[in-house]
Amino acid sequence: MESIILFAPLVGSLIAGFGWKLIGDRGAMWVTTGLLFTACAFSWIVFLTHGPETQHIQIMRWIESGSLSTDWAIRLDRLTSIMLIVVTTVSALVHLYSFGYMADDPQFKEGESYKPRFFAYLSFFTFAMLMLVTSDNLVQMFFGWEGVGVASYLLIGFYYRKPSANAAAIKAFVVNRVGDFGFALGIMGLFFLTDSIRLDDIFAAAPEMATTQITFLWTEWNAANLMAFLLFVGAMGKSAQLFLHTWLPDAMEGPTPVSALIHAATMVTAGVFLVCRMSPLMEYAPETMAFVTFLGAATAFVAATIGLVQNDIKRVIAYSTMSQLGYMFVAAGVGVYSVAMFHLFTHAFFKAMLFLGAGSVIHAMHHEQDMRNYGALRKKIPHTFWAMLIGTLAITGVGIPLTHIGFAGFLSKDAVIESAWAGTQGGFAYWALVIAALMTSFYSWRLMFLTFWGKQRGDKHTHEHAHESPMVMLVPLGVLALGSVLAGMIWYGSFFGDHAQVNRFFGIPAHAEADAGHAETATAETAQAEEGAQAADEAHAATTHGEAPQGAIFMHPDNHVMDEAHHAPTWVKVSPFIAMLIGFVLAWWFYIIDPTIPVRLAEQQRPLYLFLLNKWYFDEVYDFLFVQPAKAIGRFLWKRGDEGTIDGALNGLSMGIIPFFTRLAGRFQSGYIFSYAFAMVVGLAILITWITIGGGAH
Amino acid sequence: MDNLLSIVTFIPALGALILGVFLRGEDEAANRNAKWLALIATSATFLISLFILAQFDPADTGFQFVEEGDWLLGLKYKMGVDGISVLFVLLTTFIMPLCIAASWNIETRVKEYMIAFLVLETLMLGVFMALDLVLFYLFFEAGLIPMFLIIGIWGGKNRIYASFKFFLYTFIGSVLMLVAMVAMFQQAGTTDIPTLMNHEFGSESFAVLGIHVVGGVQTLMFLAFFASFAVKMPMWPVHTWLPDAHVQAPTAGSVVLAAILLKMGGYGFLRFSLPMFPVGSEVMAPLILWMSAIAIVYTSLVALVQEDMKKLIAYSSVAHMGYVTMGIFAANQQGIDGAIFQMLSHGFISGALFLCVGVIYDRMHTREIEAYGGLVNRMPAYALIFMLFTMANVGLPGTSGFVGEFLTLVGIFQVNTWVALVATSGVILSASYALWLYRRVVFGDLIKESLRTITDMSGRERAIFAPLVVMTLLLGVYPALVTDIIGPSVEALVSNYQTALAASGDAIQVAGH
Repeated sequence: MESIILFAPLVGSLIAGFGWKLIGDRGAMWVTTGLLFTACAFSWIVFLTHGPETQHIQIMRWIESGSLSTDWAIRLDRLTSIMLIVVTTVSALVHLYSFGYMADDPQFKEGESYKPRFFAYLSFFTFAMLMLVTSDNLVQMFFGWEGVGVASYLLIGFYYRKPSANAAAIKAFVVNRVGDFGFALGIMGLFFLTDSIRLDDIFAAAPEMATTQITFLWTEWNAANLMAFLLFVGAMGKSAQLFLHTWLPDAMEGPTPVSALIHAATMVTAGVFLVCRMSPLMEYAPETMAFVTFLGAATAFVAATIGLVQNDIKRVIAYSTMSQLGYMFVAAGVGVYSVAMFHLFTHAFFKAMLFLGAGSVIHAMHHEQDMRNYGALRKKIPHTFWAMLIGTLAITGVGIPLTHIGFAGFLSKDAVIESAWAGTQGGFAYWALVIAALMTSFYSWRLMFLTFWGKQRGDKHTHEHAHESPMVMLVPLGVLALGSVLAGMIWYGSFFGDHAQVNRFFGIPAHAEADAGHAETATAETAQAEEGAQAADEAHAATTHGEAPQGAIFMHPDNHVMDEAHHAPTWVKVSPFIAMLIGFVLAWWFYIIDPTIPVRLAEQQRPLYLFLLNKWYFDEVYDFLFVQPAKAIGRFLWKRGDEGTIDGALNGLSMGIIPFFTRLAGRFQSGYIFSYAFAMVVGLAILITWITIGGGAH
Repeated sequence: MDNLLSIVTFIPALGALILGVFLRGEDEAANRNAKWLALIATSATFLISLFILAQFDPADTGFQFVEEGDWLLGLKYKMGVDGISVLFVLLTTFIMPLCIAASWNIETRVKEYMIAFLVLETLMLGVFMALDLVLFYLFFEAGLIPMFLIIGIWGGKNRIYASFKFFLYTFIGSVLMLVAMVAMFQQAGTTDIPTLMNHEFGSESFAVLGIHVVGGVQTLMFLAFFASFAVKMPMWPVHTWLPDAHVQAPTAGSVVLAAILLKMGGYGFLRFSLPMFPVGSEVMAPLILWMSAIAIVYTSLVALVQEDMKKLIAYSSVAHMGYVTMGIFAANQQGIDGAIFQMLSHGFISGALFLCVGVIYDRMHTREIEAYGGLVNRMPAYALIFMLFTMANVGLPGTSGFVGEFLTLVGIFQVNTWVALVATSGVILSASYALWLYRRVVFGDLIKESLRTITDMSGRERAIFAPLVVMTLLLGVYPALVTDIIGPSVEALVSNYQTALAASGDAIQVAGH
């Protein structure tokens, strides 16, 4: 069944991509979508029936060289099955939605067959993403990692006639490659240290790595910290964390269903997944984890500030995504991986829905994306409005404080913030996230008010023709709305309930957790506190060799952050709710009561406004620091290095030597070919003479 | 078949002979016959070479299918293949029929053209099979002559300059290699390659003209061979002949050059440098590793600003060869496995990329990137194939390009993390230049008037690409096809290398790396 889940999208992609001439546009769309729904159904079956235990399924050999041995293999545990349902559910719904959204794309000419290509790319993306999340080793994960990168590249550049789309596609791929550069070095380093790239072997070696030093770039590093950091660089690229985030807003050049699937719900969360997947290593890399927390918090904050002033509806949601990814990294960074996964899980529902809702608005408004040209759309597209409203309630975190009743985002985001408080003792990360929550609420409501309330702005004609989207687009919205409302409440206990519940869900042996004192006696199974337990378990071979900890995630016995988060003071637990309310009130005041305020504010604080509007000038700085120098150096090396110095020296040399040979060769009335043949014959003659005189070959 | 290797080697030569002796005339029919005969000869060579693969025993790390005999002046004729060379033989026989098929549009001096390619194939196969020093030298150097002719007669406008450069580079390398061969014969008393591989050349350091030579004779010999192989690879900074040669060569010439001729350098390192001069290799390895790392970054940056498609791909070739030398001189299993894999994979990928340029060059007669744009609108099949090989070129996992790059990097990381870091940054640069090229040529709207009527790939063109597509994906998904064959031989090579180094441990200590 797992193999069917994995390969159904690939098959669909191949059929649609290569067979569409035989089966037609509609055939290609139905095949890919049908297979995706099959994969989705199977994924839910796996998720609901497969217990917490870890299962390995071998498919085929892959790269083998000496002690390096890589297989195509599936690792099925709770992390995998969570990602399976996230990926296949959103993907299946996006496929369905695209029936409507892509029906008549104005970017393409009459009679051009672009739909099979679109669906083939979507399915290919899904396949690569599934390879990523089901991987049993780091190299296969890297395959999926780069595979989703390519799919993303192809889909961002789907409107290949648009120069901006092409530029955005390349940018996405290259910036992601910067991250992959770190990821690849991490894989090499881990192989160097553990002689394996299988996850289980690396997990087993993690405690040892924590006490190992490695020389990297002439400097001594703690092995676990360095490796965790390198892998995290990969995560930064894929999940658009600060400094490697510049590609994500530009990625909105792709069709909106793509933004929903790839740049909101699935691919961009791969980095979070990676950190959670590597939790047995991360737990031994405290400095790196502190960095993850810091960067996640900084990203959440920075992205939220930029989101405040953007006017393109998709860009607002893109910055919101970036910000929410920061939340997830904070949760992972403080060591509460289950909460990071929880937010990933709920975020997939409500963010996909916001994007698809935005797509529905864009569809209604004839591909107008500037919110300044929207307004008063509530009545025109009521279903979309309700869906967007639910999404907004979910992302801003509406619920009843101090209970477990609320929209999905309420439960998961509050869990993140409580964890941040516990993990940093109320430090920077906590405050950054609370302030970001305020801004999240503000820009989300700003989006709603600008779009659905107020007066009609922009082109009158467009407004007159605004129309509700067809059922194929509304049904996915409905399903996702259901998830946005319920997902948090249903699975709260599993991700962030009491310790035993979370352990059960993720298959962590109960006695390995919670209490360092107890953990020491449990080392036979978990092999974590090696030193302390050695005496007790000497007979047990597993202890000395190290064995991978059981369960989908791993929390060090000293890691009590989750328990502390549960016992956070009331003001901490209520703080995100209050931040949300302030954000809402501000947005209400700014955009409903007195819409002149934002304009005046922007004029008063012009430098700050421009700073935010231009996204903190990251693009400009990078262009100045990297892009232009790379081209200048390239040109310099070419003109000065290759043609100037190397060829120059060669030509200088040739002035002396060559005439001599050409004179020789001239006797044969020819060019260099004969002079070369001549030289070779002379050479051979010398060699043969020597050997003959020397007495034959033996 | 006791002399399978000779049969494979000399079928193309036989074809050339038949063409030369029996085919007369310059008319359409004669040209057609020449093409078909060349195609048949190369295809037959390929099919027969499959027998080598079928009967090859990977577990045996010695030479197989060995043939021995005397010829001129008491010299030996000795051929054989092992796990390291056998796949290069297959690569050569695989690529050649595609080259002939890609030359179907040649109109001037068709007969001579086909003869040049057939002779070239024989000589290239000889290089990979020769087990005698003199024989190797003969094949190695003579192979350049048909290549010269191909560039010189069927090449572009600046062919004289290109062949001039090529000549100068190669000439210096050849002279030095020849000197080293003489010295080797003088010391070991034989030209038999398997014997030489087990011969221990002196490695005591000494001083020449006041310069302290670490590793002694071995280092000197290593350097002499290095001069020749480094030019062939080509390694930075002796790479500048390659872009010019590529630009001037006809499409099929570029394909052979990139896919096979460049591999002779890498093969030479594995056949001569590492096994025969282990101490010399060890002494020079740090330098070579850095040269490789610099090559990767330097040529990638240069590729970024190229305006000629072929030049861009040529620079990208140099960068990819950087991974090869780096893997070889990492001198561990992953590094060398990766280097061989990279060479084979690069044979398919760069060959295909040059064919991609050829497809549109045939239509528009320009290689200027500026002259294109928006080809996807009229050439969807071409866009797809070009995309696949662009991705393979940037080392996307799932294509053969990834396996080689990844293994060499894994190999080098164990030796020198700085080099690994610099080399890995090549993955960022390669994505930049390759995708940017693709964007400028294929994506965008079709605006240029001259491109309005351009046609998509013909059946013949698709048929040429099909085997390359299959190989690139197959080796990317199931590289065991290659690693199973080369693995044991590489393992033996590495362990011999380590043993030899251990035996003369002090020399390495002095090298202090």
